Amino acid sequence: MIELRARKHFPSFAIDAEIVIEPEESGIVALFGKSGCGKTSIINMIAGLLRPDAGKVAIDGRVLFDSAAGVDIPPYRRDVGYVFQDARLFPHMTVKSNLLYGAGRQSETRFDLGQITDLLDIGHLLTRRPGELSGGEKQRVSIGRTILSNPRILLMDEPLASLDGARKAEILPFIQRLRDELGLPIIYVSHSIEEVVRLADVMVLIDDGRVAASGDVGDITSRLDLYPLTGRYEAGSVLAATVKDQDADYGLTVLDTPGGDIRVPQLSLPPGQSLRLRIRARDVALAIERPTGTSFQNILSGTVREIGERIHTRSDAAADAMVEVSVDIGAPLRVRITRKSLDELGLRTGSLVYALIKAVAIDKHTLGRGAGSEHAARYS
Amino acid sequence: MTDLLSPAEWEALALSLRVAVVSMLGCLPVALALAFLLARFRFPGKALVDGLIHLPLVVPPVVVGYLLLVLLGRKGVVGAWLYDVFGISIAFTWKGAAVAAAVMALPLAVRAMRLAIESVDRGLEDAAKTLGAQPLKVFATVTMPLISPGILVGALLAFARALGEFGATITFVSNIPGETQTIPLALYAQIQTPGGEAAAARLAAISIAVALIAMIASEYMARRIRRSIGGTE
Repeated sequence: MIELRARKHFPSFAIDAEIVIEPEESGIVALFGKSGCGKTSIINMIAGLLRPDAGKVAIDGRVLFDSAAGVDIPPYRRDVGYVFQDARLFPHMTVKSNLLYGAGRQSETRFDLGQITDLLDIGHLLTRRPGELSGGEKQRVSIGRTILSNPRILLMDEPLASLDGARKAEILPFIQRLRDELGLPIIYVSHSIEEVVRLADVMVLIDDGRVAASGDVGDITSRLDLYPLTGRYEAGSVLAATVKDQDADYGLTVLDTPGGDIRVPQLSLPPGQSLRLRIRARDVALAIERPTGTSFQNILSGTVREIGERIHTRSDAAADAMVEVSVDIGAPLRVRITRKSLDELGLRTGSLVYALIKAVAIDKHTLGRGAGSEHAARYS
Repeated sequence: MTDLLSPAEWEALALSLRVAVVSMLGCLPVALALAFLLARFRFPGKALVDGLIHLPLVVPPVVVGYLLLVLLGRKGVVGAWLYDVFGISIAFTWKGAAVAAAVMALPLAVRAMRLAIESVDRGLEDAAKTLGAQPLKVFATVTMPLISPGILVGALLAFARALGEFGATITFVSNIPGETQTIPLALYAQIQTPGGEAAAARLAAISIAVALIAMIASEYMARRIRRSIGGTE
């Protein structure tokens, strides 16, 4: 269990956060928020690189910091692994020396060099210097170095943020492998909702130094009241799904979701494989009768659960034209429609509606690991 | 080879090198500690400490020599105590020349090292700490290797300054052949002596040669260090 209650004042900003999370043995907890909201400061307090003005930090009952009791364990005794955004490899050492820098800080070593270099595919880089590595390679070595120091928990501070799109795609699968194969709880800091949805099971939403919400990734991303924080442009919902069938003739894969079948462009996954998908709010349309003669492949029925507030504070007329609706299709689904449509359809909480989802609107990129049956059950 | 220079000139060269090496070695640890203090810590009176260290750079060297004489001379504040307790006297000896040279070289060495320390990415030290390295290990395995080019530059500057030291030396330890007469002092003496022009020219040539050799050697070492820490540089 990770416990953090901390206050810290900066000249122009303050952190006052309380986080108590119980990550699964091999789960990722995402700390999500905009740049400058205090995410990095919070993990720096866990690592011991930043000292809170007051508060308490404990991992699995081991107190690392407690201002009341005068406890402040130095970072080198905390057994907290930290992967920095900028890799921070030691430039004067070879890759191998970097990897082994923290090895053997505990008597029992859970991972050995060969295992980690295989996992991260960096075996061929061992004799090189960090200056000769690409950004993606540096970050993989940095991850390996941290794991080989035998931490009890892994903190990752936007490990993909300084990489371009292709490099991100290169690293993501490795982070998924860490999550699935190492049995190490991971706290993953990110300002990208796509990364969070793809990797994490649980998320903590940080806003202006405070915890705005925390809980299951699917629940948080579908809450309309959090929408200014999770992002207007990226607004969407996460659905747990399993592969049901392949439609080879049309090159489609049928997925079983809490709301019914959804067809997506063919995925090379075996039936029964669980996965998550993200549907952007702007890629869903609503109808009050089941439409016929339409090209929409995915039509799911549901009831209107919540209608988003009109944003009066904005003078932006274009923004004011849109409204978000949360539809319960067996799981919450966020939909973005015009306010005019809302009025013309006469939608109210409890209205019966059909959600029209474009097959192509399901981004293959966000098909992550399955959320697990317990998450799916919670929606019903 | 030995005919090139007179025995007195060989003596001046050997003495100069000894004074420069000893003053450089003595100056380095002090300069490193002061550079760390100035680069990493904030404390009351920091500006004063910074100013005092830089004083030899801005006051006439004769003033430094005079102050050393007042402080470290046989009857000086510290010098008298050193003599009474340990029986040590450094005024008018080659050791005194080394002390004078070290004091004059200190600001140059501190500046070079402070720049190097300030340019070290503290993030690397943080990374080392989260990997379980205690402060001493962080210093030895991360900070020191990264500032080593700066230390080398500081050492070269200290060595060169010590070789060239004149004003503070002649004031503090006088111009005693075989004891405190380094090359610049010998050169000065030759210029004052009728018929000493040839000897003065040779001494000047020696000065230039020693300085060039030191500079080339340090550039070679700096390149090797940079290659070992910089990767592709």
